[in-house]
Parts: sequence; C-alpha cells; structure tokens
Amino acid sequence: MTSTRNTTTGNIATNKPAIAPRPSLLDYLGRLFFGIFALIMNGIGVFMEALQKRLGVQRMAYAFVLPNLLIFGIFVLFPMLLNFYYALTGGTNLFPQDRPFVGTRNLEQLFNCGSYLDPNTCQEDLFWRSIYNTVFFVFFQVSGMVFFSLVTALILNRDIRGRGFFRSIFFYPVLLSPVVVGLIWKWILQREGLLNAVVGAFDVEPFLFLINAQWSTFWVITVSIWALMGFYTLILLAGLQAIPATLYEAGQIDGTSEWASFRYITMPLLMPTMFVVLVLALIRAVQVFDQVFVLTGGGPGTATSYMVQYIYTTGFSNQVQQFGLASAASVVLGVSLLILTVIQLRLGRGSDAV
Amino acid sequence: MAIVTDFLSRTRGRNGRLDFSDIFTYLYLGLGTLIMFGPVLWLILSSFKTQSALVEFPPQLLPYSQQTTAVEGYDEPLPIFRVTLDDGSVQTLAQVRRVGIEAQMVDPVAPEEIIKVNIDQREEIRSVQLAWRNYTEPLARFNFLKYLQNSVVVTVVATLITLLINSMAAFALSKYEFKGRNSIFFVIISTLMIPVSVILVPVFLVITQIGWNNSLWGVIIPGAATPTGVFLLRQYMLTLPDELLAAARIDGASEWRIYWQIVLPLAAPALAVLAIFSVMWRWNDFLWPLIVLSRNEVFTLQVGLNAFQGELNTQWHYVLAMTVLTLLPITIVFAFLQKFITSGIATTGIK
Repeated sequence: MTSTRNTTTGNIATNKPAIAPRPSLLDYLGRLFFGIFALIMNGIGVFMEALQKRLGVQRMAYAFVLPNLLIFGIFVLFPMLLNFYYALTGGTNLFPQDRPFVGTRNLEQLFNCGSYLDPNTCQEDLFWRSIYNTVFFVFFQVSGMVFFSLVTALILNRDIRGRGFFRSIFFYPVLLSPVVVGLIWKWILQREGLLNAVVGAFDVEPFLFLINAQWSTFWVITVSIWALMGFYTLILLAGLQAIPATLYEAGQIDGTSEWASFRYITMPLLMPTMFVVLVLALIRAVQVFDQVFVLTGGGPGTATSYMVQYIYTTGFSNQVQQFGLASAASVVLGVSLLILTVIQLRLGRGSDAV
Repeated sequence: MAIVTDFLSRTRGRNGRLDFSDIFTYLYLGLGTLIMFGPVLWLILSSFKTQSALVEFPPQLLPYSQQTTAVEGYDEPLPIFRVTLDDGSVQTLAQVRRVGIEAQMVDPVAPEEIIKVNIDQREEIRSVQLAWRNYTEPLARFNFLKYLQNSVVVTVVATLITLLINSMAAFALSKYEFKGRNSIFFVIISTLMIPVSVILVPVFLVITQIGWNNSLWGVIIPGAATPTGVFLLRQYMLTLPDELLAAARIDGASEWRIYWQIVLPLAAPALAVLAIFSVMWRWNDFLWPLIVLSRNEVFTLQVGLNAFQGELNTQWHYVLAMTVLTLLPITIVFAFLQKFITSGIATTGIK
C-alpha cells in the first residue's frame, strides 16, 4: 500500500528523481480503505489471538472454518435434509411442525399418470410438461452451446488481429442479468420489434415470435445460448491455447493437413476441457428459469415452462402455496442432477483412460 | 488507415492470397459482433426514443422526434411541418390542430393568420433528439434509486463476507492437518452441483424463522458460503509454500496474522477472481431475491425491474430506459477490467 502511482508524475517532476511524486487522491483513498481494512482485521485479530491462547495452533483451524461451515450448514446442508421431510408433508403451512405427514402422497401425485409419455393423462400435467420441455431445452441448448462456443473459440484462437476485442464482445452478454437479457430480447422479438422490421424489408409477414409455441421455444433456446456462450468460449479458448504449438509445428513438418491436425491434435487434447464445458452447460441448462421467466413467462400456454418454474409457481407464486408438492418436485430435480453428474463422471473417467 | 488495410488483407496463405478460411473467420467475427452486441446497442438507442417514436413500425434506427416550436399566443409548443402550398411554394409552418384531413396551421413568425392545408401537403420536420425524460421521469416517480442502492448494498456486503469467510475456510482446509478436514472438504465439494433452486422451500423456512423476510440479510447471507469460492481459494493456497507460515510462526506471528498479512496478499489473484464472480452473481441474482423480497422498498434492481415491466406492460419507453440503467454499472466495470476478467475466468474455469 506504499506504492507510488506514476499517473500523477507530470513531465516536470521526471527530472528530479529525488522528490517523491505527490500522492494522488487515489493514493489517499487506497490508504483510507487499507486503514479501515487493517482496523477490522486487527479487531477480529484480538478475538482470534485470545482464542489461539486457549486452543493452541493446530485447533485454530476449526475457528477458521467455523463461519463458513455455520452458514453452509444452516443455509445449504440443513435445508437439503429438510427438503426430504417437506416432500413427505402436505398442507399449505410453511412451518414443519404444522404440516401433516402424508408419506409419499406428494410423489404419488406427481407420478400419477395414465401414460408417462402423454402429460394430458397425468394428474400434475404441468409437472410432466415442464419435464418434457426441460429435456427438449437441455438437449438443443447444450448441443448448440457446445457447437457455437467451440467454433467461436477455434476462430478466436486463429492468428487474428484484435483478439482481445472480439473475446470481450463475445463475453459481454454473460455479464448481463437474466432480467436484462429477457427484456432486451422481448423488445426485439415483439410483433413490432426490430427483427420483424428486418424481415419486413423482404416483404415477409411479421412473425408472432413470442405468441407461437414453436417460435417461443426456438427463441428461448437461442437467447440462452446467446447469453452464456461467451463463458464457455473463454474456457475452450484457454484449453486451446494450452495445447503446445510445437505439436502443430511437428505436424506441419510432416505435411499434416489442417483438418488432420484439428482431428488428431486439437480434438483429443481439447477433450478434457470440452468435458468441463459439457458438465457446466448441462447442470446450468437443467436449471433454466430466469431469462425465460422474463422473456415469455413460461408461455404461450406452457410451451416454455420448465422445472424450476414449476417449483417456483407451485411453492411460491400460486394462490395456494403447495410447499410439499414443490419440495417433492425439487427432490426429483435434485435426483436427476445427481444422476446426470454421476453419468458424466463415469464418462469422464472413461474418456481420460483413452 | 494502413492498419485497417493491413488488417483486412492479412492472410494465412504463403502466397498472399486470401484463403477461404480467412474470409470465413472475418465474416464470422463480423456477424458475431453484430449479433452479440447489436441487441444491446438497439436497446440503448431505443431507450432514447419518445413514446410515439417507439410504436412506429418499421422503427427508425436513431431516436428521431418531431421538432416543435413555441408560438406566440399558444401555451404548448407546436409541432412544425414542411408544407407545400397550393401555389407550389414550400413553407415551414406550425400546426395548431388537425380536423379530419385538414390541418390548421400558422406561420411561427406571423401567428395571427390561420392557414388551412390538406394533410397530404405537409411533412414532419424531425431531428435526432434524446428523450432524457424516459430516464428522469421513472427515476422521480418510482423507487429506482432505492432499488439501485439495495443492489449495491447486497453486492458489496455479500462479496466482502464471501471473500472473508471463504478465504478463512480455504486457509484452514489447505494449511492445517485436523480431524474432519477431509470430510468437511468433501461435503462442501459435493454440494458444488446443488443449486439453490433445489432447496428453495426449506431455505425460505429458515429465513422466515430468523425473521429475514423482506430483509437484505436474507438475500446476502444464504449464498455467502459458496463451495466454488472455497474450492477455488483452497486450490490456490495449496500452491503457497508452507515454509512461509513456519517462518512467520518462528517470528511469533499469530495464526490470524499469518492469515491476513501473509496468505491473503499472496492469494490476491484468486481472491480477485472470486470477487469478480461474486459481484456478477450478486448483481444479477434474480430467483432468490424474488422469493425473499416481497415489499417494494427492499427490492433489488433485478426484482424491481421485473416488477416494473410487469406493471408497465405497455410503457416500453420507461422499461427500456430502466433496463439500460440496470446494465450500465456492470458494463462500466467490464469496460475497465475486461482484460483482467476474461483472462481470470479463462484460467480458473479449467480448475
């Protein structure tokens, strides 16, 4: 924090090295913040040092993990266990002691179907619709995501000018909040929106992008690829740049074609990174909610309503708050995430062995 | 200019020919830039249009609006038109009112005489004007500054708490041998894949029991003990040599002092990455605040914006302006730190 910033040294001061540059406002601010930080840290230190006298050095580890573990236990671990209990109780009361135990009735209600392939025959048809929608969404969104981020990463990895600029451009939407993303696209896709104006220039009738079920599904998938692609591109790009250039040079000497060097050098060495991308993209896709919620609200009808939205609607936004049913549905969601993860770990182990 | 031509004429080929793959590359990048950044640009342009310009179809690219002028004898400023009169001369007139297909107009210089013209004979005079009222009016009428303040509080406080407790835990997990260390680490890591959406109901119960409904603490605390953060920092701290700690202990430094004066500064790169992540998560968080916060005055920007767009379904001019306001802070941060952010995420995303 004693760093001297060169930004304030003008042309005049440079000839007199003996005189230190005048500290700028930023320096003062930096010192002020560091002072406050040190004060707080020393304050905690008084307590921690007293603790160390009683516990000894080795057991201080517990004092260090405790705050994190406490919050983790109360807000993650305990709720995870409690969730199973909620799934087994009924009624609309939030407090567990007021909730009647109903056993597996919630799960039975969710799984009460004439035929699992046809949501219309199910008691909770909305749940099954959301499952099918989610499966559809996950499949196309993840494949599209992997494809486009791979192509973009490969292109950015080429010998191009302004790589940093393009990298930032592709990454920028990742920073936007889901609400903002939803609103931007709602504005573009509406009947009198930009996209319809563009196609209108070719004498095409305006599309009802957000009113037609197929179009809505298409756009929900496209928009979520748009919004998150940059993140995976970055990871893949880092993976590509980690491949030693000497391998390609060796290939060039041997007269390998560009396609062959992609197929036999790039792809195999990029596999571990691809795997990470696939896992992250899948886990995220299964939880799709917020952008879609703002963009289409799950509609038209139930065309874009997904599992998390089902949980949210059933537990929190419906008139009758069916916490038990919502919890049962989230147990189903959790279990499917778990299965996905296990399958992927298996596959990952397999691909590492190759 | 030389840079531009050099840039455009660069090739991979040894003989200077523009390769197919080069054309494809630049086409892709150009189109990509348009698709990735175009929508945001369109939002920003639209947010400066007046309400009447927004409903126009097909829309204009720039925020045009009709010019008006103050005319003596009229309270409101009158819209001005370019009028082709019957004798073929062209004049600039202000419109007083319109009756059917006939417009009653006055010359702004001599406002006494009313000239009646057919509406086909007049043409609007427009110019680029930024409709700042889209910004100022909702800011005055709605709680937006309060939402902004709430979002800033949540983001800053939550990030500080996350950095502090995650780094403390990571320090213990990487630099000490203690009973239960591996099981604690295992439990934390195994929840990496468990999203908050799976445990909404019970976390809501815990929050309600504590009395944090409609309190910013209810938004800040539950997500503070991030498994990602603990993992990231632990992996980084493992690379710091233990001899440093041993040397400090010999010099009589307390464990806390070792933590904050030796380990924390050395772990600064990892802390910075976690800080960026945390700011991004917190600023953009939607589902959890949506559940915890139901009173207007505690809304964060995201929840407020969503409520706002639901309420003012047809008033796009306000919604667009407020959307721009919401994306502005994070965009400014990105503009300054983009190199740092993109390389930081690229290196840790791999793990």
